[in-house]
Amino acid sequence: MTTKQLVKDPLNLIITGVGGQGNVMISLVIGNALVRGGYLVTIGETYGASQRGGPVMSHVRISKETQYSPFIPDGHADIILGMEPVETLRMIGQFGNPDIVTIINPRPIYSIDATGSQAEYPDLDKLMETIKELSAKTWIVSATEEAQKMGNPIFANVVLIGAIVGSGVLPLDEKSLEPVLRETFPKEVEANMAAFHKGVELVRQ
Amino acid sequence: MASIDIDAPGTSQLFIGNEAIARGALEAGIGFAAAYPGTPSSEIMGSLASIAKKMGIYAEWSINEKVAMEAAAGASFAGIRALASMKQNGVNVISDFLANLVMTGIGKAGLVLVSCDDPSAISSSNEQDTRPLAKWLDIPLVEPGSFQEAKDMTKWLFDLAEEIGTICILRSVTRIAHARGNVKLGKLPKKEQKAYFDQIHDLRNLMPTKFMTVPSALRHAFAHLKLDKARETFESSPFNYYLGPDKAELLIITCGSCWLYSQDAVKALKVEDKVGILKLGTLWPLPEKLIEEHLNKSRNILFVEEIDPFLERSVMEMVANLPEGSRRPTFYGKRSGHMNAYGELNPDLVIKAIASILSVGYQPRDIEYAKKAEETAKSYVPERMMTFCAGCPHRATFWAVKNALKLDGRDGLVTGDIGCYAMALGPAGFFQVRTMHCMGAGTGVASGLGKLGQFGFDQPVLAVVGDSTFYHATIPALINGIYNQSNFVLMILDNNATAMTGFQPHPGTGMTAMGEPTKVVSMEALCRSLGVHVEICDPFDLENSTETLLKMIADGSGPRVVIMRRECELVRGRKEKPPYKVHIDPDKCIGEACGCDSLCTRVFHCPGLIWDKKTGKSKIDEVICTGCGVCADICPQGAIIKEAA
Repeated sequence: MTTKQLVKDPLNLIITGVGGQGNVMISLVIGNALVRGGYLVTIGETYGASQRGGPVMSHVRISKETQYSPFIPDGHADIILGMEPVETLRMIGQFGNPDIVTIINPRPIYSIDATGSQAEYPDLDKLMETIKELSAKTWIVSATEEAQKMGNPIFANVVLIGAIVGSGVLPLDEKSLEPVLRETFPKEVEANMAAFHKGVELVRQ
Repeated sequence: MASIDIDAPGTSQLFIGNEAIARGALEAGIGFAAAYPGTPSSEIMGSLASIAKKMGIYAEWSINEKVAMEAAAGASFAGIRALASMKQNGVNVISDFLANLVMTGIGKAGLVLVSCDDPSAISSSNEQDTRPLAKWLDIPLVEPGSFQEAKDMTKWLFDLAEEIGTICILRSVTRIAHARGNVKLGKLPKKEQKAYFDQIHDLRNLMPTKFMTVPSALRHAFAHLKLDKARETFESSPFNYYLGPDKAELLIITCGSCWLYSQDAVKALKVEDKVGILKLGTLWPLPEKLIEEHLNKSRNILFVEEIDPFLERSVMEMVANLPEGSRRPTFYGKRSGHMNAYGELNPDLVIKAIASILSVGYQPRDIEYAKKAEETAKSYVPERMMTFCAGCPHRATFWAVKNALKLDGRDGLVTGDIGCYAMALGPAGFFQVRTMHCMGAGTGVASGLGKLGQFGFDQPVLAVVGDSTFYHATIPALINGIYNQSNFVLMILDNNATAMTGFQPHPGTGMTAMGEPTKVVSMEALCRSLGVHVEICDPFDLENSTETLLKMIADGSGPRVVIMRRECELVRGRKEKPPYKVHIDPDKCIGEACGCDSLCTRVFHCPGLIWDKKTGKSKIDEVICTGCGVCADICPQGAIIKEAA
């Protein structure tokens, strides 16, 4: 097995969204494909209480040399895969830097704030503009919209796996993902493969 | 994705720490595993139970941690290697048994307790540290510093337990237990196991029966001898090692996930030639000779550890006993204020401490960028509170509770417990719950409050527990209330799963950990057998639930029980389609003009309901809505429409 050199070691990826969107599944699929590719991978994620509508993130750290800690130090993320726009900005605020690459699903998930009312959600266009300004490169991938067209919004997470693989920011190609996806979704292989390839296609457009 | 029983020695798999621990137990040839669910420990039993039948082992979700530990000890007494796993709170529940088990020792087969601690109490009621408990009870304790070690240490710990004849603890923390990393697999043993409880005893012997705590003082002395033996083994353990220069400006002493943070921090600061790291895997008893040797490497020692200053205090204690004239280094850590005395650590906190001690600068990113990113995030990013899931029966339950207590009008209060419904302390459950401590505590507290009538107390008391919590620790408090005729209502939120920790089965579900159908221990039959008045409601029927609660609160006799029964939406949603299609009738919703002041999004606030700023009216988020239809019954205008899907 030949393991490709990384553009940077460790390569630090953050996957972020809201509890229930499939953060853990994405990190698991990507992580397994990377381990099979011969990399050392550490993944730290939010679990438990944060699953219930709270902000969630997975830190994925990829290396050829060392098993890194499950936390990316502040300001040290290389890539953010955002399933939700404000959660993407939340991560940039803490972990971003001028070289950061962002891949974003622009569909908002609204929230309640500490007082129990609905929190004020920022203007979406302005929000996306700000994220672009703070990123070296941004891909906007309408994953939820595409997933709804496919019949179930939950496919958005697999569309996004396709997008990150298609973007070429990770040492992974389509072929390395396919067996992992088949094992992850044995009952719905076709639909998930379609979602995955849709993601690849969208990011390459 | 590899299952923990994959027969592929030498391959590298991506496992969470808990799966690595379970794999280690399999490689050690365990025959018996028992646990009670609790984040961050649940996946140890979860993964073992899923392959137990195939691997010829026995695995169970026990009614609570104490029974899990006792059952596992039973297996060890009969010669079968056994594991009990739980979260840190569970260790409190078993501590009485542990303190006595240390006196008797274990059987011929190894017995291991895994405690997963939760620094920062991310999914817990407290952030208790298991390490001081091991010291207090004279139990050897080890802690893995990587996913690989989580597996390897677990396997080895069974050998150690057998060698010294005592229970051993593996302590893990959230960022090992719940983080993922590479684990290189070993072989799975293939051996037939035969269980037998050996009853041979010699009456001339001082200790005629092995598994008795008497004579206790003598047994206490034996426990100390076993610790001495463990210490000897630990002095040369491969799980303790040093990384760094021969002489260092600073020596870090660390363990667990902090070992990973320390390495990250030293790299980020590029101080590999100045800072050495002594990583300890065997934490109690401490390998004193090994530590003493390493103390000579530096004049400055920094302790990097989470929760309690366990290593810090134990090493200081050790240094105090060094011979006169020994060099005493400067100690940095929680006592000096260089490390947080509470909460979880991370690489940034370690970077900060090292930078401050060595007076080196650290700039994580471009200053201008940092300013802009932080300011933008602060002004744009709204807070996102935890809440009940869309379609959660608990939201409906607490809506009924809120209305019933208000209608009753005597300032009634709710005592709470551990589970998803603890979120009713906040906006998710309309701020209804007033107390939260440990499993079962809400009912015990209620049974005290319900006896305060002679002091003029006349507030109605409603204790709330989940179904799994009811079996775990509530039954004695309920019986206490009956025996002493205390005035309270016990409300059991029965969603047919241990939902908060991942939907594990329990005695009321009719299913075992290994997926076998079993007898249902009916909570209503149990309560009725105690002579208690029981009512069962569907929380989605808001009107009936509110009326029933009101009636039960008004009846001021001894304990009464209301069961709020509806399956967890996350479980139902996996099996069935949504029952309703819900939408807002824009002609009926008068939005900002309505006297309700956006009741549905401001107060009820199911994540499936959003306020559309453009139209000034309510709207359903079709991506989130699960079609439960409860919100249709709260809208005063009848503007939320549910139609059978």
